[in-house]
Amino acid sequence: MIGWAHHLIIAPILVPLVVAALLLFFDERQRVAKAMISLASTLILVTVSLALLRVESGPNDFDGVYLLGNWAAPFGIVLVLDALSALMLLLTALLSVAALVFSLARWHAVGAHFHTMFQLLLVGLNGAFLTGDLFNLFVFFEVMLAASYGLLLHGSGPLRVKAGMHYIAVNLAAALLFLIGVSLIYGTAGTLNMADLAARIPDIEPDRRMLMEAGAGVLGIAFLIKAGMWPLCFWLPTAYSAAAAPVAGIFAIMSKLGIYVILRLTMLLFGDGPSAGFGSDVLLYGGIATIIFGTIGVLASQALGRLAGFSVLVSSGTLLMVLGINDGAISSGALLYLVSSTLTISAFFMLIELVERGQDAGAIVLAVTMEAYGDADEDEPEEGDGVTMPGTMAILGICFAACGILLSGLPPLSGFIAKFAMLSAMMGTGAIGVPPTAAVWVLVSLVILSGIAALISMTRAGIRTFWSSLEGTVPRVLVIEIVPVMFLLFLTLALTVQAGPAMQYMDTTIRSLSNPRIYIDAVRNAAAVPDYDGVVSAGTGSK
Amino acid sequence: MELVLSTAIGVMTGCGVWLILRPRTYQVIVGLSLLSYAVNLFIFGVGGVKTNVPPILVDGVPTSVLADPVPQALVLTAIVIGFATTALFLVVLLASRGLTGTDHVDGRNEPK
Repeated sequence: MIGWAHHLIIAPILVPLVVAALLLFFDERQRVAKAMISLASTLILVTVSLALLRVESGPNDFDGVYLLGNWAAPFGIVLVLDALSALMLLLTALLSVAALVFSLARWHAVGAHFHTMFQLLLVGLNGAFLTGDLFNLFVFFEVMLAASYGLLLHGSGPLRVKAGMHYIAVNLAAALLFLIGVSLIYGTAGTLNMADLAARIPDIEPDRRMLMEAGAGVLGIAFLIKAGMWPLCFWLPTAYSAAAAPVAGIFAIMSKLGIYVILRLTMLLFGDGPSAGFGSDVLLYGGIATIIFGTIGVLASQALGRLAGFSVLVSSGTLLMVLGINDGAISSGALLYLVSSTLTISAFFMLIELVERGQDAGAIVLAVTMEAYGDADEDEPEEGDGVTMPGTMAILGICFAACGILLSGLPPLSGFIAKFAMLSAMMGTGAIGVPPTAAVWVLVSLVILSGIAALISMTRAGIRTFWSSLEGTVPRVLVIEIVPVMFLLFLTLALTVQAGPAMQYMDTTIRSLSNPRIYIDAVRNAAAVPDYDGVVSAGTGSK
Repeated sequence: MELVLSTAIGVMTGCGVWLILRPRTYQVIVGLSLLSYAVNLFIFGVGGVKTNVPPILVDGVPTSVLADPVPQALVLTAIVIGFATTALFLVVLLASRGLTGTDHVDGRNEPK
């Protein structure tokens, strides 16, 4: 193992944590310094996660298990870096750079401690992606949630406070469910280390197995609330559309965290053995219901913010449905879809704020009842200084069209490739010459219909915004606001051009996930590093 | 002992669930607090209910008479996190009261 690369595993947690603490020492007036430090931290995160992705997918057999406190698993808490978590880390880092740069134009100045909360959100996200321990996952989840409460309220106003209150109440209840699930699993299996748990599950006696599965189910509900599965999703469009634009941009990855944990745990714990396939029906039917609900919502939305919020649900629903099918080839297409849709939705949330700027909210959302927006005027932050973008409307229009193409899954961008990969895998699950079953047709048509709904809605919104705008005012858009959006859209373009290698990576990821033995053995056999005098600390005796 | 504990958990959960479904923010926060007490007791319960036994491993003493230290550690973390998030919720509750002039969870009293 390469020494420095191994310690890099903990960097995605430590760097933002230290930076968040450091930023507290700066006065709010030293805004430029805070912004620069925060930006440096996210850039470091991009570099680190790129390096981790490269060593992880490199030819050398990289040992991704990091023993915190040098205690061997399952006695100590481990961080585990595998292909999936490396991918999610990189995605988070890229989104965070875009959202942070966007916020520098003006949003970071509308309230206190924006950068600190932003970094803490990254701590929580990265930690949740890396941890190999259920209770540690809870802690990182809470760190992320606490930061997200603050970020959602950033900018204040009655609308945000109301949405924030609902969001906090729902998530506090979800956290309690999380604890119940974790403690039931601990009570029946006697461990909280994911790898150790996966190894022990086949040996649990039948009368305790039921309790364990109940615990896993309760735990699953906590993640499904985060992912936004119907009927646990009614808070999501309101909260996401109420959040400030850069905050909504980074929130796009939070619903994917729920998906990530479900993917990780179902593949690891319920891949095979007597509990195989536990919960996959719930995911399948829940996913279908979520797609339908999201699609109706997308069609019904007049305001762009809600349209984006419901797009999150469609994307979550599609992913949950695919997880419910639990087929390797479809899942790797779904991973590509996860990356592509997260980038798209994040870019879309930020773009919306630019497009709607300078337009009378009442004129745009004629049909939307005003109370959905809050009666009082929002205190919009004053416009920042900086270079404005030339040819604003043209660039905004192109970005908007790109978002529409991506959301509806039309060629040539990555939304199409991802959906194509999923659909062709679904159609091809039968042997050659055997036509797909009726169930497959239902799933395929759902995915396509949700795309058409997105297309209809985006076209309608685009015509109304760009062609028949009532006022014809051109919003004043700064370069540092539009560049992050273009950067994210450029990433989807890159994903299209490099679809081959990307698909290969997803394939390898899913293949390693569907063989949980690799993960289990890696964690269980990770040896503690000897002290300087050669004495191995306690805990390694279990090997 | 087990009966008292499980009754307490059950009563608190029942009250908590009823309260978080109420329309006033104060009821919601009391409900969430009750629920978190119930969950904390529940976490204790999964380690096996034992009284007057240490959670520390001693040579020669069989592990069956020892208390399980892991739930105790978990419950401590859960209490701290729950306390912090409840305090944060209180702040939001006050902000909402100040902005809307009502303590209804939707910010308005009469139904739509």
